[in-house]
Amino acid sequence: MKQIQTKLSQYFQEFWKYRDLLKLLVSKNIKLKYRRSWLGYVWSILNPLLIMVVMTIVFSTMFKRDIENFPVYLFCGQLLFNYMNTSTSQAIFSITGNASLLKKTFVPKYLFTVARITSGLVDLLFSLGALVIVMIVTRAHVTWYALLFPFVLLQLYIFCIGLGLFLAQASVFFKDTQFIYNAFTTAWMYLSAIFYPVEALPEKVMWAIKHLNPMYFYIGQFRDLVYYGRMPGNLIMVAGWVTAFAMLAIGVWSFFRSKDKFILYI
Amino acid sequence: MPEKKVMIEADHVTIRFNLANQKVDNLKEYLIKLIRKELMFQEFLAVKDVSFRVMEGEAWALIGPNGSGKSTMLKAISGILNPYRGRVTVNGTVAPLIELGAGFDPECTARENIMLNGCVLGHSEKFMKEHFDEIVDFAGIEQFLDSPLKNFSSGMKARLGFSVATMVKPDVLIVDEILSVGDYKFKQKCMKRMEDLLSSGTTLLYVSHNIDEVRRLCDHAIWLDKGAARMQGEVNEVCDAYMADMQK
Repeated sequence: MKQIQTKLSQYFQEFWKYRDLLKLLVSKNIKLKYRRSWLGYVWSILNPLLIMVVMTIVFSTMFKRDIENFPVYLFCGQLLFNYMNTSTSQAIFSITGNASLLKKTFVPKYLFTVARITSGLVDLLFSLGALVIVMIVTRAHVTWYALLFPFVLLQLYIFCIGLGLFLAQASVFFKDTQFIYNAFTTAWMYLSAIFYPVEALPEKVMWAIKHLNPMYFYIGQFRDLVYYGRMPGNLIMVAGWVTAFAMLAIGVWSFFRSKDKFILYI
Repeated sequence: MPEKKVMIEADHVTIRFNLANQKVDNLKEYLIKLIRKELMFQEFLAVKDVSFRVMEGEAWALIGPNGSGKSTMLKAISGILNPYRGRVTVNGTVAPLIELGAGFDPECTARENIMLNGCVLGHSEKFMKEHFDEIVDFAGIEQFLDSPLKNFSSGMKARLGFSVATMVKPDVLIVDEILSVGDYKFKQKCMKRMEDLLSSGTTLLYVSHNIDEVRRLCDHAIWLDKGAARMQGEVNEVCDAYMADMQK
């Protein structure tokens, strides 16, 4: 027990020592993304807006009767799923892509993965600006509950770190991870009730999505707060937090188990 | 006289690599090999059972032909690699200069890279800001501070890397051949800086194929050959033996 404690405090000290590196990596990721682009950071808002317009045009004809204020409904799911998808897909390369650095200097390896997920989160915060614009334009009904949204994002952030760590370590040993994951997220997107109401599904599938799809936990809570303007149900909140920490535990465990072997493979 | 502190202790260090041709990095291959029971590990020992002990303030040179395990040994000392068998113990902070441009992002500007590299070495952002001018001054790259590093020549990158690593006095400085690309003047400046650090108590590990430099800078040497320590001890003795062997 004592051993575990000293080990944990060691890791924490290490993290604390390198916290500025994490900050720099995050700001580097964000800066480099838009360097030399003409509109720069505006793209963080403009890009989801444009995608939303396209998707609204495509899907609103299909589900118009079921969902009021379709743009906001779509946007809530789209933004969160997009964040998860982009940040974890980038996290896959966070170890292999920094091979040159990891081979020649000693830094905690998980920093690169965490930095990727964190810069994705910053991007998501920018994109929320787009959501606000859409809500104002469509005169969406908003309540004070909407201000609770950071709790949902925190759950999602923890979940993504866990998933990112798992994927990053897996891709060191199996390059196929990226391709498998790509197909996987496509299926995942269609199963996350982003552009259709979950009630439109057959009952069994709906039950599975509501109870087994982590992204639905987060999108559902977020929609409750922002779109419906009500407190999410207890079940979905508990499920969200538990899944987030369970994923984190899986990610941390798999990452730390294999991190010393990375150098031999990258 | 008080006993000097042991800074680095390598105790029967063996480092194992899996040879690249045996590397299985996709699932299909893995499964096939698993079924055929071919999932064997063709091991390659880059460093074999090497032991040495470096005291505080000493300067050790690692010499030997290409592929003899010098860099691998340095990586084990800086904590990048874990030895397969044996142990490396280091007391104090290590500033590794293993290769040119490690810890640099080619897309970032020199200014950003100085901060990044400093943080990779474990300094805080505040600390780096305080010493920023000093670093730029030593490297002599004021003019190019805001151009991306990918446009820098290898000599300029070496200057930058060396300046960041030696700006603070590390307990252990590891220099792996990176200075060979610098021009004469900068090289002299670096030698001077390393000598200053040495006299103030820093421990140095130095890899170079330039034996004259080694003799000038170091007091001890270890000669590695195909991963094994062939000889170690006083720098001139080891260098003489090494040169005699090379000229055979």
